[in-house]
Amino acid sequence: MATSTTIKALPWSKGNVENALLSVRDVHIEYWAERGQVKATRGVDFDIFPGESLSLIGESGCGKTTLGLGLIRLLVKTADITQGQVIYRQAGVAQDILTLGAEEMRQFRWQDCAMVFQAAQSAFNPVLRIRDQMYETVKAHRATTRAEVEQVGSQLLTRVQLDPARVLNCYPHELSGGMRQRTLIAMALLLNPPLIILDEPTTALDILTQRTIIDLLRALQSDMHFAMMFISHDLSLAAELADHVATMYAGRIVEFGTVNQIFYEPRHPYTLGLIKAVPTVTGGFEDLTSIAGTPPDLIDLPSGCKFHIRCPFATERCKEEEPDLAHIGPEHAVACFHWQEVEKQADRSWDSIQTARGEEE
Amino acid sequence: MTEDAVRSTTVYQRTAKDILLGFLRGVADFFRLMARNRIGFIGFIVVVLYFVVSFVGPSVLPVDSTTKIDRIFEPPSWQHPLGMDHQGRDVFSQVVNGGRDVLLTSLLTAALTTIIGIVLGALSGVAGGGVDSFLSMLSDILMAVPRFPLLIVLAGLINVSSMLVLALILAVLGWTSLYRNIRAQVLSLRERDYIEAAVTLDLGTWHIISKEILPNMMSYIAISFAFSITSAIYQQVGLVLLGLVPFSSQNWGVMINIAWTRGAIFYRDAAVYILAPVFTIAFFQLAMVWMTRSLEEVFNPRLRGRS
Amino acid sequence: MSTDTMGSTPLIQARNLGRSFGSRRNKIWAVDDVSFQVSRGEILCLVGESGCGKTTTGKVIAGLYKPSSGEVLFEGRNIWEMEKKEFKRYRTAVQLIHQDPYASLNPMQTIYDIITAPLFRHNLVSSRAHAWQRCIELFHIVGLTPPEDLLRKHPHELSGGQRQRVSVARALTVNPSFIVADEAVSMVDVSIRVSLLTMLGRLRDEFGVTFLFITHDLALAKYFAWEGRIAVMYVGNISEVADSPRLVNDALHPYTQALLSAVPEADPKLTRGKERIPLRSQDIPSLLDLPTGCHFHPRCPRFVEGLCDVERPVLVDTGDGRQVACHLVARERGLG
Repeated sequence: MATSTTIKALPWSKGNVENALLSVRDVHIEYWAERGQVKATRGVDFDIFPGESLSLIGESGCGKTTLGLGLIRLLVKTADITQGQVIYRQAGVAQDILTLGAEEMRQFRWQDCAMVFQAAQSAFNPVLRIRDQMYETVKAHRATTRAEVEQVGSQLLTRVQLDPARVLNCYPHELSGGMRQRTLIAMALLLNPPLIILDEPTTALDILTQRTIIDLLRALQSDMHFAMMFISHDLSLAAELADHVATMYAGRIVEFGTVNQIFYEPRHPYTLGLIKAVPTVTGGFEDLTSIAGTPPDLIDLPSGCKFHIRCPFATERCKEEEPDLAHIGPEHAVACFHWQEVEKQADRSWDSIQTARGEEE
Repeated sequence: MTEDAVRSTTVYQRTAKDILLGFLRGVADFFRLMARNRIGFIGFIVVVLYFVVSFVGPSVLPVDSTTKIDRIFEPPSWQHPLGMDHQGRDVFSQVVNGGRDVLLTSLLTAALTTIIGIVLGALSGVAGGGVDSFLSMLSDILMAVPRFPLLIVLAGLINVSSMLVLALILAVLGWTSLYRNIRAQVLSLRERDYIEAAVTLDLGTWHIISKEILPNMMSYIAISFAFSITSAIYQQVGLVLLGLVPFSSQNWGVMINIAWTRGAIFYRDAAVYILAPVFTIAFFQLAMVWMTRSLEEVFNPRLRGRS
Repeated sequence: MSTDTMGSTPLIQARNLGRSFGSRRNKIWAVDDVSFQVSRGEILCLVGESGCGKTTTGKVIAGLYKPSSGEVLFEGRNIWEMEKKEFKRYRTAVQLIHQDPYASLNPMQTIYDIITAPLFRHNLVSSRAHAWQRCIELFHIVGLTPPEDLLRKHPHELSGGQRQRVSVARALTVNPSFIVADEAVSMVDVSIRVSLLTMLGRLRDEFGVTFLFITHDLALAKYFAWEGRIAVMYVGNISEVADSPRLVNDALHPYTQALLSAVPEADPKLTRGKERIPLRSQDIPSLLDLPTGCHFHPRCPRFVEGLCDVERPVLVDTGDGRQVACHLVARERGLG
């Protein structure tokens, strides 16, 4: 099915849009809940280039997991991608993922894009041993033999620092949480996909296990040159592995930039608040604050900028107009009318910004 | 918050009017929740109708007890929608009058079974240890014995003179499955965080069982109660059908018994006489089963309080 | 060591606490031998990875589990040897805040029911009006508004953060002097965590509540216990106890050092520039087959054969307010 794969370029993307591996444009995903229609994502745009890492940061209810599932079209039946394009470019061929048929989609999944899910236990078939699961996975995409899968599988398991002789024979429940996560990563790489999407890969894991997984992903990426997209609420994961970071709020990306820009030069009030709410361990004592209020109801969204209720920089304009992502620096974009104000106040504590705001009014 | 504002809130200022309104609101809520499931609601309405007809009906339509030899096994007509029985008496009025005893006994049985099941199940779950082992063993033995044959034997041995005695026998033999489930649920609920909180807050065992554990099992208990009724009906009717229980004549089971022994199965015209009580019972059971579909919704607080 | 700096009995003491689960043949010691004390108004953080026994320790302290060995002392008295009346006093004096906001409140009850149950049970209020008022007071303390609205709701209508505050309000109904917070903010959104922690800190400042804060998140522990102490647990034992600033800047125990070097930080330059301490093995010890001697020895970069795999190190004072359980550190500092 011939569809248009020409899309607009994003001025803050690091390269030419023709070279991007995955380009997401204006994706809107909605799903039906009892109370009404949930607008999980409302126009998401970004590019991922080959071999790089993008981290999608957001808290519960921002739509990031829905977006991840939407990209590989594994949403529940009540969800719908109502708008947008997801252009995938490989070997000179560009396709819009959202227009692929079922068979082509199946090929795309795992071979072009693998996904490592959050609940490591439920991603496995509990009645198959790991070696059988690997075989089934590869066989579903191309002709292969058990010997070949055994070999590739063993190599990958060794790479993720597991003992193949032991793990291949195991059932998923016989492995610990950390081991399962590593096995999932190995399985994701079976077909050597150019893109891997990881949803909360280190949540619920111990510190030392997290360290292993993070170092692993870094090493694997450097060896196998795949692109990674992380979806997480964990800022430290982004700080470790990301090249670029996008913060999501109420279904949209509110800031996009390099990892240093986001952490050291945040220009969106939500990003600023988030950075200031997360403590480090070895970085000395920091004055931390929470962002007052709660994320908006995705069924009944407020008018204007969805963050304005909690935002100390909000003005009348913010209550009526919703800002779009605007290019403000090299590889840096922010969706806020008052980003320059944020720049000025970035060094102050969140509390003092809020009190100053209160005094002004 | 001012004193007046505090006093004006209705949570603690409960006049009689508030209680009545609360009750009516509760009833309205109940109907609304039952109505969420279409089939469940139909079942519910049918069950209510059965109860109304069985308890109010007899005063409206008393049993026709005069023998009319010329109208034996008369087929259905407009005045007698279900025809006549072996003595020329109206079948329809017998059906209307036949429900009360059956339903009452079943209600009583279900109530007794449920109480025994809950008390023993909660006891087992909370006390554990020897009490639990003993009760579990007892329930296992009772479960292993085939119930209906045992019932028949008991009915032969004990003089089942009244509804209460029959209900007691049925309950004593029937508490095991509810016991098992209550016990399992109590054991699992015991580990819940909010139960631990109730322990550290020293709220007391009685409070924990009645306020924390049992309410979470209400939907299960309600459905179990409904199925206890259906099971009690079958067992009762079975015993009465076999003539093991001496009962008054106005009873669906007795109708089947008499119809059968008086030869209704040999006359084509009399088919209605024997089928009437059978279908009456069957429809009631079906309506009960349908009703359970709605029962679960009623006890789910997530669905309450929405207009 | 049964008195604190002020010379009075510490509020809570754990002495050689152990707790096992399972049958006689397959016993798992979730908590092996844990000793610590917490003085009035103090904050002690119990930090460790999953399976280290910190939650079990918290529940033993809260009186939900009986210790399999050792004792828990409340105001100097062994809680399991107390008379009924004394034990009741201890029961309400020590409260637990659970981790999961979706499991800690009974879904069938309204918030009003949940909060007033202990108020009525212990006759802390004289009438419904009084109860209503007390609820509003408590909501004010924990930062929940508007009280009238929330009290009528069921738990599922509240957000995670709100539910945790309700949990705290419920605990406060009985005027506890000691609160065990078991991962109380782990399941709450990042941007709300700090406000919950601040609220808990206010309880300490304004009401003198003592805290045992259990978490696996080192950064949170450091922040919350900045004016208190942190105890690091590993597979059933405490490996190091120190005040927060010194623990994160100058850790003594190899495990603590490994944790600090491994923990990913929310600061790219800091975290990518950290020197990583490599461990000898990735395997997490199984509770069914614990390593001999020091439980950390199979992974410890400073392992000394013949010493670390033979004898389990005990927690000793370093003389400067810290404690550590490591043969090598003890040797270096000429201790115990």
